[in-house]
Amino acid sequence: MDGVQAVEGFFDPETQSLIGSKCQRCGTYAFPAKSGLCGNPRCMSDQFDLVPLSRRGTVWSYTSASYQPPHPYVAADPFVPFSIAAVELEAEGLVVLGQVVAGVANADLKVGMEMEVVTDVLYSDEDGNKLVWKFRPVEVAK
Amino acid sequence: MTSAKRVAVLGVGMHPWGKWGRNFVEYGVAAAQAALADAGIAWTDVDYVAGADTIRNGYPGFIAGATFAQALGFQGTRVSSSYAACASGAQAIANARAQILAGLAEVALVVGADTTPKGFFAPVGGERRDDPDWLRFHLLGATNPTYFGLYARRRMDRFGSTSEDFAAVKVKNARHGAANPNARYRKEVTIEEVLASPMVADPLHLQEICATSDGGAALIITSVEYAKRHGLQPLVTIDAVSTVTPVYPNTVIEMPNFATDSSATVALPERGFRPSITAAVYEEAGIGPEDLSMAEVYDLSTALELDWYEDLGLCGEGEAEALLRSGATAVGGRIPVNPSGGLASFGEAIPAQAIAQVVESVLQLRGQATGRQVEGATVAITANQGLFGHGSSVLIRR
Repeated sequence: MDGVQAVEGFFDPETQSLIGSKCQRCGTYAFPAKSGLCGNPRCMSDQFDLVPLSRRGTVWSYTSASYQPPHPYVAADPFVPFSIAAVELEAEGLVVLGQVVAGVANADLKVGMEMEVVTDVLYSDEDGNKLVWKFRPVEVAK
Repeated sequence: MTSAKRVAVLGVGMHPWGKWGRNFVEYGVAAAQAALADAGIAWTDVDYVAGADTIRNGYPGFIAGATFAQALGFQGTRVSSSYAACASGAQAIANARAQILAGLAEVALVVGADTTPKGFFAPVGGERRDDPDWLRFHLLGATNPTYFGLYARRRMDRFGSTSEDFAAVKVKNARHGAANPNARYRKEVTIEEVLASPMVADPLHLQEICATSDGGAALIITSVEYAKRHGLQPLVTIDAVSTVTPVYPNTVIEMPNFATDSSATVALPERGFRPSITAAVYEEAGIGPEDLSMAEVYDLSTALELDWYEDLGLCGEGEAEALLRSGATAVGGRIPVNPSGGLASFGEAIPAQAIAQVVESVLQLRGQATGRQVEGATVAITANQGLFGHGSSVLIRR
C-alpha cells in the first residue's frame, strides 16, 4: 500500500505487524514500545528489544465513532462513521485499540471473535496516503 | 466508630452547573462564598486554600489555588494547586486534609471550577507526537466516548445487558437531578427518549454520555476541634480519601491510552484499578460496602455507573443490572447511587466534579437534600477516576 506512516514507530506497514517492546530483564511486553523504565515496578530495566506483536487477536470490545472526532483527527469530508475495536493479543497479554477497516459494521463484531492487524489509509492529503494499523475480522461475519 | 484521621466539613457551596460561558473564576468565587456563608466563617479565617486546576482556562486555571485566593482578596494564606484531570478535586481535598491532620492548617477552602468548550473534549493544542492523548485522537479518532462505548459493549456481550438497562440509569439520575437546584438538566426523561437520541459511541446514545459543563464547587474543611468549637450540628466528617494509582499490570483499556499493560509475565494485582480506588477508602475508614447509605459515582456514561456498582462492591460482577432493576439504587431504595442526579444531570466540570460529589454527600448526611433526600443517610462514598491513573474516592459520615 502506497503512503507513509501517519506517525512513525507503531507498526510495520510491510509486514502489517504492530511493533512493541519486550523488556530484556523481565520479558514484559509494551505497546507502544517502551522508552524509559519498564512498566513492571519490580523491574526498573531500561533495556528493551523492539518486537513485532502477534498479528491476530480476539475482540475485547468494540464501539463506533458515529460523530466526527475533533482535531487532531483528520476526517474525510463528508465524515464517514467507523468502528473501533479493542483487540486482545494473547501471547503478549495486551489489549490494543485500532480502527476497524471500512465496510465492517458494529453488527458484524462480537466479543471474542478473531481479528487481524492490517495496514490501511488513515487519511490522504496533498502528500499522499497516511497509513495506520487497523483491525479486520479474520472471517467477516455473515 | 471513631477515626484518628477525621476532618470536618464545615461548609459546602456550589455555583449551578450550566453552559454559562463566563470566566471560570466567577463560578469558583461564587461557590467559595456560598461555602463560607454555609460555614458561618469569614474568608480571613481561612488559613489554607487548595485549588483544583483546569487546563482549559489558560494560565489562571493552571494555578487555580492562587487565582481563587486573589479573586477573594489575597490575605496571605498558604496555597496549593492540583491537577489530576477528573480527580483534581480529590487531590485538593487530600491536600487540605493532610495539612489539617498534620496541624499545619486549621481551616481550609477547597475549590474548583471550570468553563468548558462545546462538544467533545479534545487534547490541548500543538502537534505532540509523544503524547498518548494527542495520538489517540490523531491515529484512532478515539474520543472519550469511545472508551465509554467499549466498556458498555463489553457488559452487553459478557452479561447480557440491554440498551434499556443502560437507559434506565439515565431515567433514574434524571429523576434525582430534577430535584437538584444546582443541576444543569432538570427534566425527567423516559427510556424511549434516551434511546431515540442520536448514537454517539455504539451502544451509547447522546443522552447516555455526560455533557461538558460550566460550574464550581467548594468546601470548607476544618479540624474536628475547630468544628466543635463552632458548635456544628450535625458534625459531618471526611474519614478517608483515596488518591491511588493503578497497580501494574492494569488490563482495562483506559483513557487516553491505546493499549493496556501486559499481563503476559507479571501476575495480575489483587484488584483492578476501579475496585482498588474504593478498596483503599474502605480500608482506611475501617468499613465495607454494607455500611454505606449512598454513593456518588462518576457516571461518565450510563453503563459506567453499572460498572461502579460492582467496583464499589454493591453487588457481584454482572449483577449491576439486576440491582438497578430492583430499584435499590434509586432514592428510596436500599443504596441510592447519584442522588444528586450525577453527571447525567450535571455534565462534567472537571476540577469541580469530585468536590461536587462531596457537597452532595454532605447535604444528604445533614438531611438538606430537599426533594431527593436519602432518608437517614449516615455514610456516603464518592468515586471517580482521573485521566492517566488518578484514583479518587472520599468517605463522608455523620
